Amino acid sequence: MSAPILEIRDLRVWFGNPPDRVDAVKGVDLTVARGESFGLVGESGSGKSTILRALAGLAPTWSGTITVDGESLRGTRRSPAFHRRVQMVFQDPYASLHPRHTVDRVLSETLRLQGMDDIDRRIGKLLDDVGLGRGFRFRYPHQLSGGQRQRVAVARALAGEPALLLLDEPTSALDVSVQAEILNLLADLRVERGLTYVMVSHDLAVIGHLCQRLAVMQGGLIVDQLTADDLRAGRADSAYTRELIAASRSYAGREA
Amino acid sequence: MTATQPGPLLSVRDLRVAFPTRQGVFEAVRGVSFDLGRERLGVVGESGSGKSMTGRAILGLVRPPGKVTASRMEFEGKSILNLPERQMRAVRGRRISMVMQDPKFSLNPVMRVGDQIVEAYRQQTGAGRAAARQRAMEMLEAVRIRDPERVFGAYPHEVSGGMGQRIMIAMMLASGPEILIADEPTSALDVSVRTEVLRIMDDLVTDRGMGLIFISHDLNLVAQFCDRVLIMYAGRVVETLAARDLHNARHPYTQGLLNSLPRLDAPRERLAVLERRPEWKDGPLDPALVDASMIDAFPGGVR
Amino acid sequence: MTDLSTRDWLLSAAPTTRRQARLGALYQGWLTFRSNRLAMLGLIILVLLALMAILAPDLAPYSPTAQNLADRLQPPSARHWLGTDALGRDILSRIIWGSRVTLFIVGTVALISPIIGLLIGTIAGFAGGWVDQVLMRITDIFLAFPKLILALALVAALGPGIVNAVLALAITGWPPYARLARAETLAVRNADYIAAARLQGAGSFRLLVGHVWPMCISSMIVRVALDMAGIILSAAGLGFLGLGAQPPLAEWGAMISDGRTYILDHWWVAAMPGLAIFIVSLAFNFLGDGLRDVLDPKGGAE
Repeated sequence: MSAPILEIRDLRVWFGNPPDRVDAVKGVDLTVARGESFGLVGESGSGKSTILRALAGLAPTWSGTITVDGESLRGTRRSPAFHRRVQMVFQDPYASLHPRHTVDRVLSETLRLQGMDDIDRRIGKLLDDVGLGRGFRFRYPHQLSGGQRQRVAVARALAGEPALLLLDEPTSALDVSVQAEILNLLADLRVERGLTYVMVSHDLAVIGHLCQRLAVMQGGLIVDQLTADDLRAGRADSAYTRELIAASRSYAGREA
Repeated sequence: MTATQPGPLLSVRDLRVAFPTRQGVFEAVRGVSFDLGRERLGVVGESGSGKSMTGRAILGLVRPPGKVTASRMEFEGKSILNLPERQMRAVRGRRISMVMQDPKFSLNPVMRVGDQIVEAYRQQTGAGRAAARQRAMEMLEAVRIRDPERVFGAYPHEVSGGMGQRIMIAMMLASGPEILIADEPTSALDVSVRTEVLRIMDDLVTDRGMGLIFISHDLNLVAQFCDRVLIMYAGRVVETLAARDLHNARHPYTQGLLNSLPRLDAPRERLAVLERRPEWKDGPLDPALVDASMIDAFPGGVR
Repeated sequence: MTDLSTRDWLLSAAPTTRRQARLGALYQGWLTFRSNRLAMLGLIILVLLALMAILAPDLAPYSPTAQNLADRLQPPSARHWLGTDALGRDILSRIIWGSRVTLFIVGTVALISPIIGLLIGTIAGFAGGWVDQVLMRITDIFLAFPKLILALALVAALGPGIVNAVLALAITGWPPYARLARAETLAVRNADYIAAARLQGAGSFRLLVGHVWPMCISSMIVRVALDMAGIILSAAGLGFLGLGAQPPLAEWGAMISDGRTYILDHWWVAAMPGLAIFIVSLAFNFLGDGLRDVLDPKGGAE
């Protein structure tokens, strides 16, 4: 096996100073292989999103080591190489697009920042790839539905042709039918482009659908790491994970 | 269970909510009809289906220039359609209450939780301060808050989301309403807290004989929790069925929604994608799927 | 028919070019603005004011500075529609010429103070830490002085005159804009779209200019329009105290000042320029309200 694309050792993230210091992540180890789709599951406040934010340089205070593709990260500064390698899709497509920027502006700015040329052609290609089509190029966010906005956010993340995509609850703000469309899109893109995913979600079924391996988090710690097959079969080490699986099952309907 | 009741608590026929826009009149709700007994009635639909607007219309909370019309909207046999604000206030809160999605926006951040419940209760019933306080404590206990004394004196930012939602429910229930309209009451909550909040609402229906309108986008949750479900699409009820039959739904829209969910027990390569057909929006309603008596309420019939 | 299709083209939810998107957004704003009648009234008054200033030489029946002591303090009549002042100058002509001065004051102040405020406020809000502390303490110091007193001190130091008065007003006017811009910046600083741009490698300067400013500018414009009335009144105040426009230049505030000696017997000398100030201030207020409808993202939910 080749070197892992992401390696996290003893990651701790906190906010504020004592006595108000809040420890959001309390010592997490993770390894994600190249081309893998990895899930992080937990309830709100479990620290799952915080890991992504620390990785992306959006959490100011953390300790431990994070290595992406051999590059060791420090603080909140990220190198241009990192920006090209790692991108993120945020939870709320209503908050992650600038309300006064058209789709064209969002994508062309991103492409320029990533040092791309041939911008017109690339924008068209990106819009086609995420299933929007070129007709959407000059729209403002308020002229788009939630699902369309999330597609734009995905296009923005893909613009620099990254290797690792961080997905922070990418469908939890969307209707279920739209969620299905976005999950299908993400699955297709991963195959086409050989991407690695790290996806955060509170929804076991969503993670089980898109990810091959996952970690369950509770109170800032990883309590379980298992494969999607383990998840479906209910093979989990910790009582907490079994509880989550049971809740998700009973919930999924009474026939069966 | 209490089918012997003389009439429904709430009876709505051909409810419409319209907003004038630059492109013409937009109808958010387009002829919704239903009866609510002492039961848990789920209203399911995607965003923009008009489910929340239906709840707001019942309580007279549609803001101008929105216009509410209906051929009937009766609460215990009396019309509450477009009541003047003064009279509506006597109904709203006291007899029909509403719980919103996010307690953060519904609680006043600079007022102690207990005082808010007391204030709301006194406004609705005109009770004395001591009696209201007594009542607030009872309600906090009723929604299973372990340490009501402490929560009573807390500010909204000092309580968790689940706790906040329970406080909202306590506040809404203090005056003993006959109907509770809950608009996505648990979608901001974690699974474990959600179960607790649902159990509280469940008890209220069973013990007090309250009517509950449970508005949600979550099919599975509604299937599990409610007695009866209305499926809304583009401002209309396209299918009505018993909650336990939800997974055998016959309307293609309902089926499509169910199929688009990823499931742990039945993994699939690709999720089914909903194809929205125009006839769901404008075609005739299927009398086999919607209560036939409700279709009759349409002026001029449907077919 | 072409009219209708132009409208459709502008209102299209699926613009096909950059230009159509931009024009469409402007047109939407215009439609919202147009539906506010008072705002339209304000706009019309201000357009008339601008025309009046441009066409002053053709419109004014007399020279604004020509004295005619034989005709002094004449009440409004067919010959002098708004009467004459103590030196026998035609008040209507002076008001028409004075509109140039008024527009000059308003235009310059409205350009300088919000820009200073925007720069200081957004830098403070975006940088945070000690930069924020230092900039905001400076702002506080300026805010702590009564505005007119500070302007008076500045004019006294620079010497009286219309340009110095404008400078003084601009320099004393920026702190509220800085506060406003900082508050807006704090609200958008942690937005996901800023985080996303940061993650693309956008630097602070780009984020500030391309992402933060567009979110601040609309509330600044509204604020400026609403503050215009105050600026006109302050300028008139300086003129009234003799520190603004110097005679014989026609300036509305100075005209009121001249008229106050005769206010009991010859009311029109002070009242006519007063009325002009009143109408223009009101127009700016209406305009500001209308712009708020169009630009304020909180009110303009579609």
